[in-house]
Amino acid sequence: MLTNPLTKNIGPQNHATDIVRYQDNGGYRGWRKALDMAPEDIVKLVQDGGLRGRGGAGFNTGLKWSFVPRGKNSPPVKYLVCNADEMEPGTFKDRLLMERDPHLLIEGMAISAYAIEARTAYIFIRGEYHVAAARLEQAIAEAREQGLLGSNILGSDYSLDIYLHRSAGNYICGEETALLNALEGRRAVPRAKPPFPQVSGLWGKPTVVNNVETFCNIPHLIEMGPDWYRSLGRGDDAGSKLFGVSGKVRNPGTWELPMGTPVREIIEHHAGGMQDGLQLKGFLPGGGSTDFLGPEHLDLPMDYDVIGRAGSRLGTGTIIVLDDHTCPVGLVLNLSQFFARESCGWCTPCRDGLPWIVKILQRIENGEGLPEDLDLLREQAQRMGPGNTFCALAPGAAEPLQSALKLFEQDFIDHIRKGCCPYQ
Amino acid sequence: MSSIFEPEVIDVMEHSKSGQGNITASLSAAEQEEIDREFSHYEDKGSVGLEALRIVQKHRGWISDESLRAVSAYLDIPVAQLESVATYFQLIFRQPVGKEVIFLCKSASCWIMGCNRLQEKIQDKLQIKPGETTSDGLFTLLETPCLGDCDKAPVMMIGEEMHRNLTESDIDEIIDNKKKGHADQSAD
Repeated sequence: MLTNPLTKNIGPQNHATDIVRYQDNGGYRGWRKALDMAPEDIVKLVQDGGLRGRGGAGFNTGLKWSFVPRGKNSPPVKYLVCNADEMEPGTFKDRLLMERDPHLLIEGMAISAYAIEARTAYIFIRGEYHVAAARLEQAIAEAREQGLLGSNILGSDYSLDIYLHRSAGNYICGEETALLNALEGRRAVPRAKPPFPQVSGLWGKPTVVNNVETFCNIPHLIEMGPDWYRSLGRGDDAGSKLFGVSGKVRNPGTWELPMGTPVREIIEHHAGGMQDGLQLKGFLPGGGSTDFLGPEHLDLPMDYDVIGRAGSRLGTGTIIVLDDHTCPVGLVLNLSQFFARESCGWCTPCRDGLPWIVKILQRIENGEGLPEDLDLLREQAQRMGPGNTFCALAPGAAEPLQSALKLFEQDFIDHIRKGCCPYQ
Repeated sequence: MSSIFEPEVIDVMEHSKSGQGNITASLSAAEQEEIDREFSHYEDKGSVGLEALRIVQKHRGWISDESLRAVSAYLDIPVAQLESVATYFQLIFRQPVGKEVIFLCKSASCWIMGCNRLQEKIQDKLQIKPGETTSDGLFTLLETPCLGDCDKAPVMMIGEEMHRNLTESDIDEIIDNKKKGHADQSAD
């Protein structure tokens, strides 16, 4: 039975699977099957499959699609957008999918666009992904030549165009409403919600935005069905996922594994464990904007709700490992500098709060911290929390900070007491 | 006067014209053609703003005030609106940059794997800080958000080319090769 639908076409050589090899290996079967189905049945099937958004939020994909108005009285123009703005610190999974198997993404997008009755779709790719962009352009052209995209696809009355939009930097473009503003040629600041994009998105039309990896799950889910898809997971969540590990491990990398694979198995087996002489001090389970977890959490399965209950988020599923020779204050400072620089400046807690956090953390790291700084940081992390800002950037920035203050409190205190960074 | 008006940087502007002739007020035929191709992808002309800036920057190296005005006139969108986009996006350069733009990844995984040492090495070797260009107009150093190659950290991108699993001696080799390549080019 197929257990690696996301990476089955990805071999050791760094080239893209072309349309011939892709189709020889069963590609576009899901798309052909979908075109014989009613769009609403596809939405239902994806919902039943239990696929949750792989961009970080983990929302049920079919449920997200079900909010798009359909039928005769719904707006005639709808859009589908692929969020390929992968920029979360420590995240390197969408690059692999786009560079090595671009047709999988295109097939997934075609099925998804058909399901929400959109006839135009965009891939919003970050400007730095040159290889991925070139390979996607090539794959889109190949799919058009074969009649898999364009007008009256495979003899049906359905038509779809997919365009590649190359962005030009800025982490905030990964936030879906900021992304829509960027696509419209505006500054990429987030929009107030509601209305949600499914109702009023790109140019005010119903729009669905999903992550690259989410779309890549669709073709096989449609072809093989929701029961098969659910059975791929080892725990509560359905499907497989690209998990990654970076940091001072022996064999950093990305692997497609069942949802629910325990953290320990990913870090110790797949990533080969810690480098010689180093111990694991903590880890960020799903990129830079998730809460730190500690060694006591290594046996947790990588499932959305389990990691959530442990006080963090599965996020993008790419783990950043912190070892016992790397300064946790320095790492949080690095993350905070990133979020401060990437803040779009739209709302106050983020625009003004983050630079203050950087200033205080820098002071502590330099050995000039004050005992009251820790309370100040805790308060500030709370002020940037959910509900106080337009989007999730500041709450995301607060996550590694607030958890580091709990998990590594002694390290912060040592910096202040000793008047220097003990790791240097 | 700010540093961008100093003589060595005006040099860079000369470099960046790279045989395109003296393009100032209007867009070239090639630029117009590429921008026109984008129109059909969007609901309205204004949406093409960022794409148009990217296209013009590809031809001219950076977006000068004149280029900005030319794009604004061509797309019929206010200069201020276009400027708000141009100044927002990190990869749109509103100042001249060197022939080689070094994007050094400073994100968490690269930081753990020692990107600060690489940064010091680059700064020492080229005598520039992030945001600056060398006096010969060859190199600009920029810090960048995560480049998405974290299992091969530390990484940097020069132009469109990724360099992975970097050590300090790699930096020497890469930069020396680039210098040599440009020296050979100008000798031809």
